[in-house]
Amino acid sequence: MDTTISTSGEIVLKGIAAAPGIAIGPAYLYSKLVPRVEVKSIAASEVDGEKERLRTATARAEKELQKILAFAEQKLGSQHAKIFEAQIMILNDAILMQAIENRISTELKNAEHIVSDEISKYKRLMLAADDEYMHERAHDVDDVMNRIIRNVQDQKLYSRLEGESIIISETLVAADTVIFSRNQVLGYATDLGGVTSHAALLSRSLKIPAVAGLRTATKAVSTGDFIAIDGYAGVLIVRPSEETLETLRRKAERFRLFEEQLVGIAGLAADTPDHKHIELSANIEFAEEIDFARVQGAIGVGLYRTESQLIGRPTYPSEDEQYEAYKTVADGIYPHPVIFRTFDVGGDKLAPDASHEENPFLGWRGIRVMLDRPELFMTQLRALLRASAQKNVRIMFPMISTLKEVRKAKAFVKQAKAELKAEGIPFDARIKVGVMIEVPSAAILANEIAREVDFLSIGSNDLIQYLLAVDRGNTLVAPLYQQFNPAVLRTLKTIVDAGHANNIWVGMCGEMAGDPLASVLLVGLGLDELSVIPTVLPEIKKIIRTITYKDAKRIVDKALTLQTEEEIKEYLSTFVHKKVPELPFDA
Amino acid sequence: MIERQITIRNRAGLHTRPAATLVKTAAKFQAEFMIQKDSFEINGKSIIGVMTLAAEQGSTLLLKFDGPDEEQAAEAVVSLFERGFDEQ
Repeated sequence: MDTTISTSGEIVLKGIAAAPGIAIGPAYLYSKLVPRVEVKSIAASEVDGEKERLRTATARAEKELQKILAFAEQKLGSQHAKIFEAQIMILNDAILMQAIENRISTELKNAEHIVSDEISKYKRLMLAADDEYMHERAHDVDDVMNRIIRNVQDQKLYSRLEGESIIISETLVAADTVIFSRNQVLGYATDLGGVTSHAALLSRSLKIPAVAGLRTATKAVSTGDFIAIDGYAGVLIVRPSEETLETLRRKAERFRLFEEQLVGIAGLAADTPDHKHIELSANIEFAEEIDFARVQGAIGVGLYRTESQLIGRPTYPSEDEQYEAYKTVADGIYPHPVIFRTFDVGGDKLAPDASHEENPFLGWRGIRVMLDRPELFMTQLRALLRASAQKNVRIMFPMISTLKEVRKAKAFVKQAKAELKAEGIPFDARIKVGVMIEVPSAAILANEIAREVDFLSIGSNDLIQYLLAVDRGNTLVAPLYQQFNPAVLRTLKTIVDAGHANNIWVGMCGEMAGDPLASVLLVGLGLDELSVIPTVLPEIKKIIRTITYKDAKRIVDKALTLQTEEEIKEYLSTFVHKKVPELPFDA
Repeated sequence: MIERQITIRNRAGLHTRPAATLVKTAAKFQAEFMIQKDSFEINGKSIIGVMTLAAEQGSTLLLKFDGPDEEQAAEAVVSLFERGFDEQ
């Protein structure tokens, strides 16, 4: 993306806004954390001392991992913490440790070299396997290896992170985010990745500002550099000038004041001043997020991503395991409803039996996978139905592109109900079943689809991506991802009108629903429900409560006559700033 | 030395949890326990080794036991595989 160097010497890198907030402070380059290993010969008299160093280091590494494990369990739940348990088991592998000690004695080389050489053998075998699960395990093994080596070299974990810093890295995985959140991390900036990565989702939940897709951040920034990141605009500034800092501080202050105004709004309804009610609910992925969603004022979960259960495990969970997970979520949000989206695997989301495809976004994903794997689909539907006994569960199918898929998927629900009934297991016999509209063909056929389901929920991320043929994770074309493109606006209108013509409600669970400018359009288009990430919920509610439905409809009518995204954005921005001047975001 | 050929029955193959159960069971015996799969062999008492096998459901392994209690060790380990590691 763009890099500009101003006269004051500051470097500005433009990326993708991954998690809101502003951070100013010293940078810390995470990619450089991998310890360097040198081969050193030791004397026979030094062997015992070398083994002692190894044992001390291993014990320390285990202590670190135990702490991380406890923290991950608390933040993410035990299912997601299992990866750290496996790492602890490797540290306690007596055969492995004996082999390393024997080699120190016979080869007379330093402990870190032998540790690296011995463990790398296993890592290479794992990487040689044609299996995504094995490759993930290779990363775990690598992590254990580096942890031991770092301790042998007597370096503390993230020792330089003791002060506050902004992490710069090529890429971050969810586990990194969790581990960093124990430290005083001000923010993150990464070369790769986008807004939908797990690391980005977690950053937003943890309220840590993040910018992704900067491409060259790790080259432009060195540890200790004074930098700033703007997680609203998606910008990283190296050695910001006093003027830039002043602007950023003012921006942060505006957001702080706005957030203060939002205190208390959680208890109020999401109604426009002229009494049009919007169901404002939350998108969540982990049961642990429910409390936060409720505090933020969500009156339900508009999207629960069930595939979060698949992270870090080799197979699909059993019916009982799934039931327990869904029941926890349904109980947590009760008496409000929760919409469970059936496994949306494929595309960029890993399935346990992931296969390699030339073009995964146009391939075997979402409902297509489930319809081809009836045993997986039935297991999930039975678990969801069992969790519906309190009547606050709804089921939603992702990636619907034809009417036939809707009918087939509904036939599975019917069959699952019949089975449970025959077995005398309670469930909600009138459970609401809906579909996501995220493929252009489904948008065009929305009228036909609406006749056969209980609700439509627009998946704006994929819908926009497919409509405009833009992979927004691809930094070369990401700017072409335009949520205010007139084609998007007209398509949204088609979908909403189709739903209402068939007397069903229409919602949106994509990221567009959480964009302050877009929310005016969405209300004006007549959407009944908006499901957004919990962090932005109060802000969206504030806008709904400020702008009348009458005005919003007028805005939509005018916007529908405009011909470019720029015109629509300019028009919306002017209007929203006039109506909600305290709204702190950039034009 | 005793050799036994087995086929992985449990759905999860030989992933972390069954691998841990296998290693713990083998550790109760003095006999050495090696596992051969395709062209390579690993120590069945080593968790990192067993994790490396990537043994999926349906794959075949050759188990080798060598030591004073090899009979008992073979019986305990083979029984684990036959029960599918008590996973569903």
